[in-house]
Amino acid sequence: MSSRSSGVPILRLGDVLITGLLNELDDKAALAFTDELTERIVADSARGVLIDISRLEIIDSFVARTLMELTTMARLLGARVIVAGMRTPVAITLVELGIELVGVKTALNAEQGMAALGWHQSPQPPEGAHRDSTA
Amino acid sequence: MTQPPDTAPTADNRTGAAPAGAAADHVVLATEEDLLSVRHALRTATLTVGFGIVDQTRVVTAASELARNAYIHGGGGVLTIEYPTRHGEKGLRLTIRDDGPGIPDLDQAFVDGFTTGAGLGHGLGGARRLMDEFEVRTAPGAGTTVIATRWLPQ
Repeated sequence: MSSRSSGVPILRLGDVLITGLLNELDDKAALAFTDELTERIVADSARGVLIDISRLEIIDSFVARTLMELTTMARLLGARVIVAGMRTPVAITLVELGIELVGVKTALNAEQGMAALGWHQSPQPPEGAHRDSTA
Repeated sequence: MTQPPDTAPTADNRTGAAPAGAAADHVVLATEEDLLSVRHALRTATLTVGFGIVDQTRVVTAASELARNAYIHGGGGVLTIEYPTRHGEKGLRLTIRDDGPGIPDLDQAFVDGFTTGAGLGHGLGGARRLMDEFEVRTAPGAGTTVIATRWLPQ
């Protein structure tokens, strides 16, 4: 029954898709999310995907497997995945669990993840200033 | 002060709000949604005992692995949370029981990367590393019971 939506928003910023996993994601929603994200990579010709996981309080072997499969599928479709914002206790527990997330690129937070995908922060112009100088 | 651990679970799936010193709390593992109930129940239970954030994460993750094992391989089951003490130490004990086919080769099931299901094959061996004490009782055709305890560091 893959007709159910994951309910996870996927935003597009240029050629990068931005999304985040919620703590309450169950197995069916995780599989639906995999389908939705791969479809969006193709539909939007995305070159990069940022998955924020800072809301995930645990990553068990099922979620780990989902992240690894997503990364591989995205790569086969020409997009790089960066998993950003893993909580420290989650990282410790994953290592003890014996899961290394082989092949999954990570970043400390969403900002560094976006930088790794080629996005850089420009200085915010002051209120009312012309924006044509920020290019 | 302690009640028998096999108090019948209610239709609400969970019994008791797990106050300190309470005997047992149950989560029935019958649907995928129950796996989320397991996480909620364990998060509450670890806070009750007073575990730090890393131990909370270890225990909730181990419970998630074991509950999924029982759900996928055992066809569902029951998770019981208890609050044992030893020499003044507080702990949290998980008992996950299913009436599934049992594990024919337990040694093999503990090997990382061994899987017959949807995970990564780290479930049983990984969960054992996340807990202080770990015991598996199983036999072909007789279901599987995993009893895992984590003690509060003093």
